[in-house]
Amino acid sequence: MRIIKKIQTRKGAKLNIKGEAEKVFKKTLPSKTYALKPDDFFGILPKLLKKEGEEIKTGEPVFFSKNEPRIKFVSPVSGFIKSIERGARRKIEKIIISSSSNDNSELHEVSNWENLNRDELKKLLLDSGNWPYIHQRPYGTIADPNETPKAIFVSTHTTNPLCPDFDFILNKEIEDFQNGISALNKLSDQHVFLGTDASFPGMFKNISDVQHYTVSGLHPAGNISLHIQELAPLNMGDRVWTVNPEDVVKLGCFLSTGKFSPKRTVAITGNSVEQPKYIVTKQGAELQPILNEFKLLYDQNRVINGDVLTGTISCLDGHLGYFNNQISIIPEGNDYRMFGWLPFKDNNILSLSNTSFSRLFKKKDFEVDTNINGEERALVVTGEMEKVFPLDIYPMQLIKACIVEDIEKMEALGIYEVVPEDFGLIDYANTSKIEAQEIIREGIELMINEVG
Amino acid sequence: MNALRKQLDTLKKPFTKGQKFEKFAPAFNAFETFLFVPNHITKKGAHIRDAVDLKRTMVTVIIALLPALIYGIYNTGYQFYIQTDAPFTFIDAFIHGAYKIVPMIIVSYVVGLSIEFGFAVYRGHEVNEGYLVTGLLIPMIMPVDIPLWMGGISTAFAVLIAKEAFGGTGMNILNPALTARAFAFFAYPTYMSGNKVWVSEASSVDGISGETILGSLAAGQDVNYSMIQMFQGSIPGSIAETSTLWVVVGALILILTGIGSWRIITGGIIGAAIMGILFNLWGANPLMSFSWMNHLIVGGFAFGIVFMATDPVSAAQTNKGKWIYGILTGIFCIMIRVFNPAYPEGVMLAILLMNVFAPTIDHYVVNGNINKRKKRWMNAQELKTA
Repeated sequence: MRIIKKIQTRKGAKLNIKGEAEKVFKKTLPSKTYALKPDDFFGILPKLLKKEGEEIKTGEPVFFSKNEPRIKFVSPVSGFIKSIERGARRKIEKIIISSSSNDNSELHEVSNWENLNRDELKKLLLDSGNWPYIHQRPYGTIADPNETPKAIFVSTHTTNPLCPDFDFILNKEIEDFQNGISALNKLSDQHVFLGTDASFPGMFKNISDVQHYTVSGLHPAGNISLHIQELAPLNMGDRVWTVNPEDVVKLGCFLSTGKFSPKRTVAITGNSVEQPKYIVTKQGAELQPILNEFKLLYDQNRVINGDVLTGTISCLDGHLGYFNNQISIIPEGNDYRMFGWLPFKDNNILSLSNTSFSRLFKKKDFEVDTNINGEERALVVTGEMEKVFPLDIYPMQLIKACIVEDIEKMEALGIYEVVPEDFGLIDYANTSKIEAQEIIREGIELMINEVG
Repeated sequence: MNALRKQLDTLKKPFTKGQKFEKFAPAFNAFETFLFVPNHITKKGAHIRDAVDLKRTMVTVIIALLPALIYGIYNTGYQFYIQTDAPFTFIDAFIHGAYKIVPMIIVSYVVGLSIEFGFAVYRGHEVNEGYLVTGLLIPMIMPVDIPLWMGGISTAFAVLIAKEAFGGTGMNILNPALTARAFAFFAYPTYMSGNKVWVSEASSVDGISGETILGSLAAGQDVNYSMIQMFQGSIPGSIAETSTLWVVVGALILILTGIGSWRIITGGIIGAAIMGILFNLWGANPLMSFSWMNHLIVGGFAFGIVFMATDPVSAAQTNKGKWIYGILTGIFCIMIRVFNPAYPEGVMLAILLMNVFAPTIDHYVVNGNINKRKKRWMNAQELKTA
């Protein structure tokens, strides 16, 4: 297969953190409860279809999107709705489903999916709860089924700290992967792009109906924003769709069985975990039974749904996120450090700055914790964000435009081309400890509300 | 360490939320965080953070300033003793310098930090570390014999007008330390120029002329210093500006730690060198025919371009902009020196001028990116209609 482009970037950084998952699957006990968290679906206002106590089948809708009622969110297991947890202003935080031993799945007619036209395929994916796997740019929200994207991107090469290896995860499911890709092809007039790492692993060579490209470089080279910029730059009004690699498999699996596939492969990573490994579970699984199988090295740990740069905080008795292929567990850093402001002191703390010898003395296996290592300050230092930001965008200027809510400027500076995750390393590296991802997320919310 | 920590925790109680001195918490925190990096953990965004923070950054700049400061203290004593031909040792010179300079540093810090703490408490934000550098820079760029009260008033003017009036750290347009010097320069000209202010107590000692090299050149006099002397800095001038050697050491610290922008420093040297060479070719007066290499090592050029022009807040912020900003600063510095005999040293005004233009430079650099995006969009529209 021809490679249409080799994307390379020198900007960025590899954070060598201890706790990469060994490529072995560990058996865990099945979870008793599963949770759907509307917050996992950015920009969705949930409207419930089920009440507490009601029975539910795998693949049966639990809630739908208020703005686009055709987008349904389905249960990963069969059982009954155990509880609906609400937060401030009755916002739905979690819908907890208790799973029963017998597994009933909602069945959809899929035998002739290859002959369906675009609208029929869309309807099938919407009805079966498979639509939320498709995200759109700009904004990184769930794709609008009324639109046709100018391209669809799937990238199996990720560069987040301790990220799972999709070559390993997808190894045995290449057939379903191909089916998923073929289905995505029907949704776009133009190309489906498939990104792999620079070695272009053999298993992806035979995938057809795609434009192959390879990616190499430091994090955030694996972020799709960069790939889109290189291959199909997003202009105002354009739509590009993205799908996570394992979700492509799930689409393919659904199209061959007719059943919603809740399977999720997760890498349990982080320097709190003694022997990090992969596990197989279902979306929204309770974390407790999974983590019981792992030995944690510290007393106070932070459990993160996702990676240490962009994940969301969970807790030991929390639930796995809907899209995560990774759980990171690192120790909390709530202790004091004497004279920590002295340059070249505390070189055991991973630092990208040259005011520390950390990278000189030690090349890998850094222990990290959640200490901020300072306090938030005004933006003073310049040029440091650009070093870890490969997009052709001025990151600090965009952040400032978002802070002052200057929509015209945000538009001009490229808000359509970014998602908060692209600013994860900036969060990490910036001297002033500003919350870049939060600022960009608020900026994007503003854009959705004001511009749409 | 634990005992100290416990002590601090007890002391901290009245400053916590809902307690008597809650309003003064920023002042207490400023002291506390100088002993301990706080135990704050990440709440949103990235869960792990780099070891670098603004304190560490500012302390690195101070470390880079120390070689020039220490040499400046020595040179102050050295200039004092050689004007009278009195015998002296290295220690004598150092003690005399310290006797003159330490009070200036104390005044600058006390005045500046009081205002900073006041504003932090009034506005309810933490005390920013930027003043640690500014407060040291102000005495370093003053003539040694300026009265302490003048230093104090210049400092107060700089912090209030150049910094807090614009919203505090990170918002100022002009470099605060240079604003302090500019204020003193225009408010008290007799203490800031001439041949009696650059050498300690020159006005009361009937010694040899203590004019700076650029001052002599502007007055059409000959210069009796060798290039080695100019480079190592045993010449009259503002306290810490004279030694290019130790400024270069500071520059290396700044560049190797990545704190100072090598683009601005290199750009400045290139700009000054080009301008110097052009004037050398013209050569209409002694300042014009003063070798371009000497232009780089006399006066405040080296100190200014390394420590003042690189102030990230008042400099250009984009990488391309930094090159333009640096080169123009160098060009204007030499141009002001040569064309305006009233200001034999041009670097202060050159940097302040470029501070004002830095946002404009950035505006055009960023606009380049914006236009590229617009053009891409327009091309796509054309394709669609065609």
